[in-house]
Amino acid sequence: MTTLVETETLDLAARFPGSAAVDTRPGYSGWIVNKDRLVEVATALRDEFGYDLLSHVTGVDYFPDKMEVVYNAYKTTGGPGVLFKVQVPRLDPIEVPSVTPIWPGAEFQEREIWDLYGIKFTNHPDLRRILMWEGFEGHPLRKDWHEPFYEEDFKPLKSRWPDGKYVSAEDKNPYKDNLQFPQNFDPAKVTLDGEAPLYDTLQKYTTVDAGIKTDHIIVNMGPQHPSTHGVFRAAVVLDGETIVSLKPVMGYLHRNHEKIGERNTFLQNMPYTDRLDYFNSMSNNWGYSLAVEKLMNIKVAERAEYLRVIMAELSRIQNHLILIGMLLNDLGAYFTPALYAFEERELILDIFEATSGTRMMCNYHRFGGVSRDLPEGVLEKIRGLVEDRLPRKADEFDRLLTENEIFISRMKGVKVIDGEDAIKYSVTGPVLRAAGIPYDVRRAQPYGIYDRFDFDVALRHGGDLYDNYLIRLDEIRQSIRILQQAVKQIPDGPINSQKPQYQVRVPAGEAYGRIEAPKGELGYYVISTGKPNPWRYHVRAPSFMNITALEKMCVGKKIADFVVILGVLDIVLGELDR
Amino acid sequence: MTDNKELNSPGYEIPEDLQHAVSITTIDRLYNWGRRWSVWPMMFGLACCAIEMIAAQAARYDLARFGMEVMRPSPRQSDLMIVAGTVTKKMIPAIVRLYNQMPEPKYVIAMGACASGGGPFKEGYNVVAGVDKFVPVDVYIPGCPPTPQALTAGLMKLQEKIDKESIRKVRWYQKGADSVELPIPVLGPDLMDPRRYNEIRVLAAKPAEPATESKA
Amino acid sequence: MYGKGIIKGLGVTLKHFVDTYLDDIQWWGRRYYKTGGIAHRSSKDTRGIFTVQYPEEKLPVPEEFRYVPFLVYDEGADGKKEVRCTSCGICAKVCPPQCIWIVRSNDPQTGRPVPEPTEFYIDADICMNCGFCAEYCPFDAIIMDHDYEIASYQRNVFNMQKLLKPASYYRSIRPLNYQRNDEERKAKEAAKAAKAEASAS
Repeated sequence: MTTLVETETLDLAARFPGSAAVDTRPGYSGWIVNKDRLVEVATALRDEFGYDLLSHVTGVDYFPDKMEVVYNAYKTTGGPGVLFKVQVPRLDPIEVPSVTPIWPGAEFQEREIWDLYGIKFTNHPDLRRILMWEGFEGHPLRKDWHEPFYEEDFKPLKSRWPDGKYVSAEDKNPYKDNLQFPQNFDPAKVTLDGEAPLYDTLQKYTTVDAGIKTDHIIVNMGPQHPSTHGVFRAAVVLDGETIVSLKPVMGYLHRNHEKIGERNTFLQNMPYTDRLDYFNSMSNNWGYSLAVEKLMNIKVAERAEYLRVIMAELSRIQNHLILIGMLLNDLGAYFTPALYAFEERELILDIFEATSGTRMMCNYHRFGGVSRDLPEGVLEKIRGLVEDRLPRKADEFDRLLTENEIFISRMKGVKVIDGEDAIKYSVTGPVLRAAGIPYDVRRAQPYGIYDRFDFDVALRHGGDLYDNYLIRLDEIRQSIRILQQAVKQIPDGPINSQKPQYQVRVPAGEAYGRIEAPKGELGYYVISTGKPNPWRYHVRAPSFMNITALEKMCVGKKIADFVVILGVLDIVLGELDR
Repeated sequence: MTDNKELNSPGYEIPEDLQHAVSITTIDRLYNWGRRWSVWPMMFGLACCAIEMIAAQAARYDLARFGMEVMRPSPRQSDLMIVAGTVTKKMIPAIVRLYNQMPEPKYVIAMGACASGGGPFKEGYNVVAGVDKFVPVDVYIPGCPPTPQALTAGLMKLQEKIDKESIRKVRWYQKGADSVELPIPVLGPDLMDPRRYNEIRVLAAKPAEPATESKA
Repeated sequence: MYGKGIIKGLGVTLKHFVDTYLDDIQWWGRRYYKTGGIAHRSSKDTRGIFTVQYPEEKLPVPEEFRYVPFLVYDEGADGKKEVRCTSCGICAKVCPPQCIWIVRSNDPQTGRPVPEPTEFYIDADICMNCGFCAEYCPFDAIIMDHDYEIASYQRNVFNMQKLLKPASYYRSIRPLNYQRNDEERKAKEAAKAAKAEASAS
């Protein structure tokens, strides 16, 4: 087993005198970089210092004086990351140079920051709104922007108690609905075509070949399409069946997690995280509690650590089972493998239901531990599953699919992405590992008690669809291995190191908690000001990052392969759109 | 079987010696019986609830027992739209369009808190507080998300509703357009319902009020 | 040999098909509509048909299962409903989507708060079933219900009348929790009584 030590302390101030300074605000870390030299610093970090994976970019609105853009980069060889920030005055137009040329993975995130904060990225290849539609009024995550149903800045709301006569939010709004319009607005005069900028970015062509004129065809897949795994949409330009150009369109499930999260108290965010990647609420909880526990500087109860591992790994198994089942659906094997996968998923959900109370939205973690202990008999059930049933299932899928010739001819050789590009595009999770990069947060920067378990980081080298399928089976087997050890070792004891309390005290500062979710690196960037509510609550959603590379993955392939690529990317819209 | 019993109770006494041979029913009953056991839902999921909807279709809950296993990806072939998940402003034009494309008879189930009334995300700026503001909803299923059994209970509630309809009164056999066509909302500075353009114009012309904490 | 993989896969499907009959024969007469049969079908050893024939048979929900919350009242000696809620407002404060509205009652003479709510609303179309209200209620007055068959033809805003359910119902759905809470309450009352006695003497 390897232990990772912080080998070097980075000194950006020495490398860029006068342009980089240590962030000295209490509770903060990292570097504050001069806006004008951002591109230089970022290039140096990538090329000289080896921080090749840009984990996330996000904005923070320090109302009323400044805006900040936060960058977080890691090394794919493991170890701690580097956090650097750019501060700009809060006066429109707010402009920051784009880092997309250095890390293409920043493209969608910078678009998101433009959409939600109104920070313009100069030199960005395609700066359009991403989650909201073109023409929407305002930049919603700014602290001085209020939604139509706005009541107060922070929860709990005063209108609920002690004089909480029920008045629906609609009745408080002049339009009697979730609406607001600018002064003297006339709806009949709206002429803006929100779709036009999208179609402008698509590459089009007309060719005359041997006297036959061929023209492009634009196909919109989604937002309601059976193969897009939710309300995802892709605008595709086709030459026959070959994809010439592709732009993902998202935001159809943008549920304003971050805006709501900044109004909630710290604890109230916990059930909201369930609804991000709704297959894996157990993992989602973990990332968030990790970040807040870092801020609070508390230890997690020993038994709770084991319970967290058990639940997260069970969650991973059912996620990958469904992925394989649904992947075959996408390939045209209508429903049989999916039905087989759902049996084991139901058995795993039974365990979640008995322990946490619901099948999907578990809301299981609390700061310092978990909410409930395993009821009687459930540990036996888990043992039965991990010793017997799940290994059998993995073998069964192996027999059912792995050697199937039709399956192989569809999957083998269709490259999803190679390792180098995957890193550039900030792709993480199984897709990255299938491309030959052994990067797994459980090993790269162990959290919880993963350093105690004996397991291998699943790895494949081809990076094609078939490897992406195989790595899911590998990961199921590794998770079973971890579970078998965890079930044996789990100690008795309290399940929470803290007293149950609904109002936690979180010292001021920032924290980034990240875990290896089944879909990739899931991180939560939380800023506390010492108040009961977070100032900033940002989710680094693996689905969102992985989709950045979709165009790169799909151009030149057949439209039928696009469906399968989307399948192995394993996007979940709750997390993609947040 | 229970369904045969339901079919064969028209309110007339059948002599005992004929009971094995004669069955009397009404057209309404036959019509509704045929429809209630073959409601084809649209393969249409929005968010978390859709996963429970798939689970309800899968091995353990198996909606095929209700004749509802045929999930149609196309609205043209489906009878029932299960709105499973949060309805966002960006998505609602597509949903209304899908609803318009469904042939009569058509039903809508609002599955889960979000579709019924906005749910936990109601306060969000991109969330429609209940799909019933745009399309007529027949059955509301609370829960976040409703378990597959709760969904099945909701579908049975819909069957009860179908049972109460009469072939003489259903709107799709009346004179006039054979399907309800709803105006499709437009995305402007905010979501605009074409039915409400005048109202919006009048309200927007009013001077902006200071945000009041109404404590009614 | 080309096609070997397909045949292997078909073997799996065939096994599933045969297993259906094997398990039916093995559990002849006990597999459906019986508690033991449902338990078998949700155990790790189940083979064959996995379906629970809802609504004829229902999958038992575990004790911790949570759906929409309800309010508990104790049945008083003369059949009076003694509402456990003291309108302290913790549930309304902790509720993540803020779907609870409570009107605290005041004594008409003194104007001071009385530990009982005048009105209590839960908007079931906002509630996210997270269970925080029940978890942090110090009086076990609000409990997550097990009843999930609550589909209706209209939107659901529950008022106090709809929310109140007797303590006996609470005991029937969550026996272990009820017992634990009851013991805690009794211990607390005993301690209080002992303290009162000590200060009186």
